[in-house]
Amino acid sequence: MSDYNFAYLDEQTKRMIRRAILKGLAIPGYQVPFASREMPMPYGWGTGGVQVSAAVLTPDDTFKVIDQGADDTTNAVSIRRFFEKTADVAVTEATGEASVIQTRHRIPEQDLRADQILVYQVPIPEPLRFLEPSEVETRKMHALEEYGLMHVKLYEDISQHGAIATSYAYPVKVEGRYVMDPSPIPKFDNPKLNMAGIQLFGAGREQRIYAVPPYTDVVSLDFEDYPFEASKADHACDLCGATDSYLDELIVDDSGKRMFMCSDTDYCCSRRKAGHIGAQGVPYAEDAA
Amino acid sequence: MNPLLNVGGISKFYGHRIGCKDVSFDLYPGEVMGIVGESGSGKSTLLNCLAGHLAPDRGAVNFDTRVDGMRDTVTMSEPERRMLSRTDWAFVHQHARDGLRMNVSAGGNVGERLMAVGARHYGDIRDQATDWLGRVEINADRVDDRPTAFSGGMQQRLQIARNLVTGPRLVFMDEPTGGLDVSVQARLLDLLRGLVREMNLSAIIVTHDLAVVRLLADRLMVMKDGHVVETGLTDQVLDDPQHGYTQLLVSSVLQV
Repeated sequence: MSDYNFAYLDEQTKRMIRRAILKGLAIPGYQVPFASREMPMPYGWGTGGVQVSAAVLTPDDTFKVIDQGADDTTNAVSIRRFFEKTADVAVTEATGEASVIQTRHRIPEQDLRADQILVYQVPIPEPLRFLEPSEVETRKMHALEEYGLMHVKLYEDISQHGAIATSYAYPVKVEGRYVMDPSPIPKFDNPKLNMAGIQLFGAGREQRIYAVPPYTDVVSLDFEDYPFEASKADHACDLCGATDSYLDELIVDDSGKRMFMCSDTDYCCSRRKAGHIGAQGVPYAEDAA
Repeated sequence: MNPLLNVGGISKFYGHRIGCKDVSFDLYPGEVMGIVGESGSGKSTLLNCLAGHLAPDRGAVNFDTRVDGMRDTVTMSEPERRMLSRTDWAFVHQHARDGLRMNVSAGGNVGERLMAVGARHYGDIRDQATDWLGRVEINADRVDDRPTAFSGGMQQRLQIARNLVTGPRLVFMDEPTGGLDVSVQARLLDLLRGLVREMNLSAIIVTHDLAVVRLLADRLMVMKDGHVVETGLTDQVLDDPQHGYTQLLVSSVLQV
């Protein structure tokens, strides 16, 4: 263990990142620039999230990593192992037991508590980016609260698809001030952004950190006649029978047979352990055997 | 009657070179002023200074705002100036591509200014956008097409619709007919003349095309090397030019 400083980054770097985090928490939704470091993984694999996690982890923490809701994908397993090795922290797959959760593309189904931190991996932090390519201009738009352009994107959605077709990275307004990209979470998760836990967003390549403090007002943008709708597949989980969770659709054979299952693996497993069975599911004990 | 725009001693230098120097004039509501001159005479510099795109080195641009009366837009704070430029002001670029969002549909382009000032009802925005497309002679069934699918003349008309949808009082135009063929130019001029009269717009039109100002402008300002060399009523200046350069300009127009 002596080969690495605790949680890989050196203390000065962690200090710099913590300052950015504190500033982000003080100005909810504001993108704070920070001197992102080269991490031992490629950009796009969560370098921003990893740096934020490294800055907030303490030796007593219990760490959980999810990728698209799952604990067992390559990305999640690698990042979990990384901190097991460099910080020697306890790791878990149970949402309720973790104190720091790093996530990509999902918010856990189970409500987070006030003593939990949710760290997001963010690819493009700037919600206005695809409409306004100039960084100088977008910063000015944030500073002057000129957010009309964000609605142009939603207008285009409705005019082309008859409804707001943006289904992930759905723009939100934080505490009545900054428009923020909530990272590519499905819009089903948007209402959960108003939570008890601390939410930190790290974009490594783009060198930005932003944050949503606990119990902060987060509103999804919409039109009066086309209100925001948190949508999901109209189905129940085929493994655990849950009707209230976000579902992944899986094609299971060549004849187009499909099944829906919870994208949050921990949520699904704990429901199955508690005896819930979906349409195509088997009891949890038999499956494990 | 009070002037809508009062310009006093605007100067802009590029290092030692003069962009424009000591330009002063008043513009009254409903009046259209033309600025003519050859390339490099400082027309566009002046227009950009007036519209707040460039900061002039000296001088004041006083605009009669709806709320506070006469305000100097040069010393005004940036948020206020940007607010003006998407409500009471409009700017029509020479190249429609500079004034349009090419990857957004025609309806979205027209609706942007409405959404920028707080419209949040899709149905209303779309109705207004369609209405404005009609007023600039673009078929309602093109509302969801992108400007890339439009001809040059249509793009220019779309840019005008996008600018006028919030009912501005002052329009800046930088060579609005540049790069269009003559028959399209004629239609665009007809359209502009109608809209200016109908909405009682004030406008400042920069052009090197004397026919454009003859048709649209009430008054004319002739610029050369950054200085205003002659001003007066359009017909007066064009029919009886006093300054040598104006005489040259008028006599250079090709007769068909």
